[in-house]
Amino acid sequence: MRALIYITPKEGILDPQGLTVGKALRSLGMEEVTGVRMGKYIEMELPGITSKKAEKITRQACDRLLANLNIESYRFEIVEET
Amino acid sequence: MRFAILVFPGSNCDHDAYHVVRHVLGEEGAFVWHQERSLDGFDAVIIPGGFSYGDYLRTGAIARFSPIMSAVQKFAQQGRPVMGICNGFQILVEAGLLPGALISNRSLRFISRIVHLKPEGNSSLFTAGLDANRTYRMPIAHQSGNYVISPDALNRLERNGQIAFRYATPAGEVFPEANPNGSVSNIAGVLNREKNVLGLMPHPERAAETIVGSDDGLALFKSMVGYG
Repeated sequence: MRALIYITPKEGILDPQGLTVGKALRSLGMEEVTGVRMGKYIEMELPGITSKKAEKITRQACDRLLANLNIESYRFEIVEET
Repeated sequence: MRFAILVFPGSNCDHDAYHVVRHVLGEEGAFVWHQERSLDGFDAVIIPGGFSYGDYLRTGAIARFSPIMSAVQKFAQQGRPVMGICNGFQILVEAGLLPGALISNRSLRFISRIVHLKPEGNSSLFTAGLDANRTYRMPIAHQSGNYVISPDALNRLERNGQIAFRYATPAGEVFPEANPNGSVSNIAGVLNREKNVLGLMPHPERAAETIVGSDDGLALFKSMVGYG
């Protein structure tokens, strides 16, 4: 199994990178872009286990290390390895 | 007083802290490698600045799982003093020993310059010897010193007197233009509820002798020694 993990700053938490990139896009003429939030994308390999087990481990990994729940939220997908 | 100065892979202010403890204050001190598991025989802990684990994932996020941090948790629970400076502050918030979080500076730049700090009071063992009516001059050197915390938790900090220092003008006014990194309410340092754990972004250990431009930081160390 492979876990595809998306970590983003929580709503209401200042995101200086997202703000700066948003400004840059608007200055390039893409005025339609009203907001940018920047986070992290992490892939984890979990060979030889069920998707249920992979889900459990991924949640643990996010809660304990990969995300700081004070400032970030996460979501993930478990996919078959290709 | 015997100080433990923790050393992680990537710590780089450990020797400055050691120098202040041993050679400026004349107290006892020793480096403690992050793989150690005990703080027996020590009266205070300093978690120094640097870039532990290359700041990978988030600043302080990996260091907080080092074996020595379980001993630091216990040490803090016993009410003994723990001071985290810069990366040490980031490690303490990641470890949950201090509230809030530290994110990228508003400017997205690494900032290295002198700031002025206004102590919010002198009721903790770190600030007992400080004068709350003046400012303290010391350097900052960080990329992620932007303190964030939810409005509710901020209210609790204010009510409990857990804000140790704010960025201020040299005259002591807590103005937005004195805020180098975007920290909420100009916060430069916070205490835990019991006030025996302090985290701050500025570097008191780099401002402990007039020959380096300021000895204002020495007051914090002297307060700790006075407590011990």
